[in-house]
Amino acid sequence: MSKSVTDVICPFCGTLCDDLEVIVSDDGKKIEDIYNACAIGAEKFMHAQAADRVKKPRMQQPDGTYKEVSYDEAVDYTAKMFHKARKPLMYGWSSTSCEAQSIGHEIAEKAGAIVDNTATVCHGTTLIAVQDVGIPSCTLGEIKNRADRIIFWGCNPCHAHPRHQSRYSIFPRGYFTNKGHKNRKMIVVDPRDSDTAKMADYHFKLEQGRDYELLSALRVALRNEPLPETVAGIPREKIIEVAEVLKSGRFGIIFFGMGVTQTLSKNHNIDNAIMLTKDLNEFTKFSIMAMRGHYNVTGSGQVLGWQFGFPYAVDLSRGFARYNPGETTSNDLLRRDEVDAIFVLGSDPGAHFPISSVRKIAKLPSVCVDPHITPTSEISKLHVPVAFVGVEVGGNCYRMDNVPIEARKVVDPPEGMLTDVEFLDRVNKRLDQLMGGKK
Amino acid sequence: MSEYLIKNGFVFDPTQGIKGDKADIAVKDGKIVKSTEISSKAKTIDASGKTVMAGAVEIHAHIAGPKVNEGRNYRPEDKLFTYTPKGAGKRMAGGFSIPTTFKTGYEYARMGYTTAMEAAMPPLFARHVHEEIKDTPIIDEGAYPVFGNNWFVMEYLKNQEIENTAAYISWLLEVTKGVAIKVVNPGGTEAWGWGLNCLTIDDPVPYFDITPAEIVKGLIEANEYLGLPHSVHIHQNSLGNPGNYTVTLDTLKLAEKFKAKNKFGREQVLHSTHLQFHSYGGDNWGNFESKSKEVMDYVNTQKNITVDTGCVTLDETTTMTADGPFEHHLTELNHLKWANVDVELETAAGIVPYVYSPDIKVCEIQWAIGLEIALFTKDHMRTFITTDHPNAGPFIRYPRIIKWLMSAEARKERIDTFKHGAKMIEATHIAGIDRELTLYEIAQMTRAGPAKSLGMANLYGGLAPGMDADVVVYDFNPNTPHKPDDIEKAFSRAAYVMKTGVPVVIDGEVVNNGNKRTIWVHAKVNENPQVMRDIKDKFLRYYSVTQANYDVSKHFVPNPYVIEVDAT
Repeated sequence: MSKSVTDVICPFCGTLCDDLEVIVSDDGKKIEDIYNACAIGAEKFMHAQAADRVKKPRMQQPDGTYKEVSYDEAVDYTAKMFHKARKPLMYGWSSTSCEAQSIGHEIAEKAGAIVDNTATVCHGTTLIAVQDVGIPSCTLGEIKNRADRIIFWGCNPCHAHPRHQSRYSIFPRGYFTNKGHKNRKMIVVDPRDSDTAKMADYHFKLEQGRDYELLSALRVALRNEPLPETVAGIPREKIIEVAEVLKSGRFGIIFFGMGVTQTLSKNHNIDNAIMLTKDLNEFTKFSIMAMRGHYNVTGSGQVLGWQFGFPYAVDLSRGFARYNPGETTSNDLLRRDEVDAIFVLGSDPGAHFPISSVRKIAKLPSVCVDPHITPTSEISKLHVPVAFVGVEVGGNCYRMDNVPIEARKVVDPPEGMLTDVEFLDRVNKRLDQLMGGKK
Repeated sequence: MSEYLIKNGFVFDPTQGIKGDKADIAVKDGKIVKSTEISSKAKTIDASGKTVMAGAVEIHAHIAGPKVNEGRNYRPEDKLFTYTPKGAGKRMAGGFSIPTTFKTGYEYARMGYTTAMEAAMPPLFARHVHEEIKDTPIIDEGAYPVFGNNWFVMEYLKNQEIENTAAYISWLLEVTKGVAIKVVNPGGTEAWGWGLNCLTIDDPVPYFDITPAEIVKGLIEANEYLGLPHSVHIHQNSLGNPGNYTVTLDTLKLAEKFKAKNKFGREQVLHSTHLQFHSYGGDNWGNFESKSKEVMDYVNTQKNITVDTGCVTLDETTTMTADGPFEHHLTELNHLKWANVDVELETAAGIVPYVYSPDIKVCEIQWAIGLEIALFTKDHMRTFITTDHPNAGPFIRYPRIIKWLMSAEARKERIDTFKHGAKMIEATHIAGIDRELTLYEIAQMTRAGPAKSLGMANLYGGLAPGMDADVVVYDFNPNTPHKPDDIEKAFSRAAYVMKTGVPVVIDGEVVNNGNKRTIWVHAKVNENPQVMRDIKDKFLRYYSVTQANYDVSKHFVPNPYVIEVDAT
């Protein structure tokens, strides 16, 4: 007999779907099937079952091979690394629970570390823009119930957030949108012919890197001021037409992704997009939302926020919290050789950082806490496998619209395997011992 | 078995009518006891020549939750020059108008506050609020979920279904671990879903076909049907607009026909919060003036109402409220960065930084109005000191407000530095008021009064045997001559603070993280299948989370204090 676990949270992307149903074997050890999840989400659950999963911490040897070590040794190595380091970097935090983040921050205070999350190569520019000009936004249920004008700018939810459109943005029939997608006009701004773009009522196939110009042009069009014949490769008439479509809606939203946050102009693009949203509020109701990637990158920003007051790149090395993107951000620290140890949990900088940064990581004392074998685990001195958050252990997570949802446990972790929280807790206590009440 | 004797202080305790007499306070196992009940081993704290009061109770502040945290994250500038390093048992702490959770706990405790209420919890974000409350050390906390723009409430009240409204409230308080019924800009915030607002109590709410007046009356009725410890706690329509005092009086009058019904000793049926923002005359910013007298003349005659001041402290601060349309209005006025969150089926919130400058006439008038409300008050058990933290100023300014209220000289000093002092005096009453509040009245406004209004007078706000041992000693001798600044200094850094029997602050420094509790109200009602079905239906069709993922589970509230109410 199998049993079904309902209302399961998907620990993959920032959409944080919470309606999955997982079929679990009677002994509660094996996942047999997954309903309602997208292909990526289902794979995440199934991967926890992989036969070749690493179950014990592994220490890299001088010849590049791995030696299995106990969790006790792993805890000791990690705590000693923190104790010895003058300025360690603690990076990641986006694929774990808020409870784990919180203990990580305690360690960081004691070790004088820098805490940075994946926003640093993702929506960090958005966070800077919000600090410049604010952000009018809403929860995803508001989109479902009210929105009739949807813009996807520099993002491709069909592939990156597969259930976003069916759950919240395009198809659902909400309170004031009972005709579903027929109530909505969809506008996609993307130089690519992405699958999302193919669905759009209007596809602005703009010249690459010209987002700032196009955003400005829309703001000009809203004010009925003159425009040149084309902007960013888009004819003036089309821009004016879309501006009218936006104005005539009852409730609109701009969703945006890496296509605007990490291309030319970076945070200035987002400044302008937010100001466009603010301008549109003179005519109708409009919101804007970042399509956050990891399922709990938003949560990392929240916990850092209430504990230290900054959403990422928090430097605790001077005994108080500082924040200065460009100086206290991971890649800048690594490339300037400013950190002397690196601890990675809940992310994979080996795959996502520039090679110049990855080379630096490979040379430093390093610990990678991750259930998977990843490019980061392969260059780290110590790899500590842990239970999958959201599959084998619960914990709080924040959706892309900042709504907190508590992830569930559906199966037991492999015997003897620690969770993020348990491992960090032991490191924290060991560090206390090493410091002998000092520092 | 911990025993303490706080000896020879000048005690101010309105719950027992003690007005500065020399007395000893005995403490045993976290409770106040009679002096005869402790042994000779009790630790003695010498309070001679000092002022002794109960721990203060914050009735309205925005200190935990999504909008507070958005304020922190989007204002890195608020941290400048504010950080203190970690110490023994103490975390790093920083921030001015929106301090980190650690700093919030430490700063309240240092001023002698031992209990605080988060004033607006969006139910969908309740888990976030409780995560922050959990990380706020020392002080007992509770949170008010917002109801005034909730779709369930509006639909039930449109059909005058009080019992269903009450059953829904009972369910929501339980799943969100909330304390009381908060109403923010009733109807107006729902209208904001479409970029609109309700500026009087008779403006219909778009689509829902109900008026703010009907929402307020219905919620008062449901509150008294349940017999909750606190009354309906309202932030009225038309906040911050010149001439809004008529809307304020209209709303307050809605309470006239209701009677408080509860077992907690609460007498009011309506708490009107940050009244300063609602006591404005004139019809534009040019002829903007104080109407505090008109408003307080009415409040003074109505035992049915309690109020808090919302005093402007003349600082740079961060405004944040569930009154979404107001924050949009504000950003159009001052052009500073605007954050907004609309919350499905429930509420909204907005944030805008604001500089209350002593060089701007309107800010000077606002400063005067906040103080006038306190000074025109006849019964200080019904008017409480707040800054609507951080909206009119940060809570760390309470000692300064106490100084202004206790000293006409301090007020005059402040007015003398105003750029538009003469114009301000013309538009307000403040210059003509020579009243100086006493320490007893301050104890009423910050301790006994708010505790009674919250329906928690059996626990907090007093020093009678049986109550929680929240005791504060201020280094202030009321019987010797003093300068106004001595008051502010003494109230800023308490000489000694005890929280439920544990010394947490000594000589103005935090020494212990105490035994913080989260307060919530469990209101039992008869089974109501209709409401349960409606809830299920709304989650299936309109919410973006499932009903099973909505409850705040127990581990977010690790040390609860549950107030039981039986409305069956």
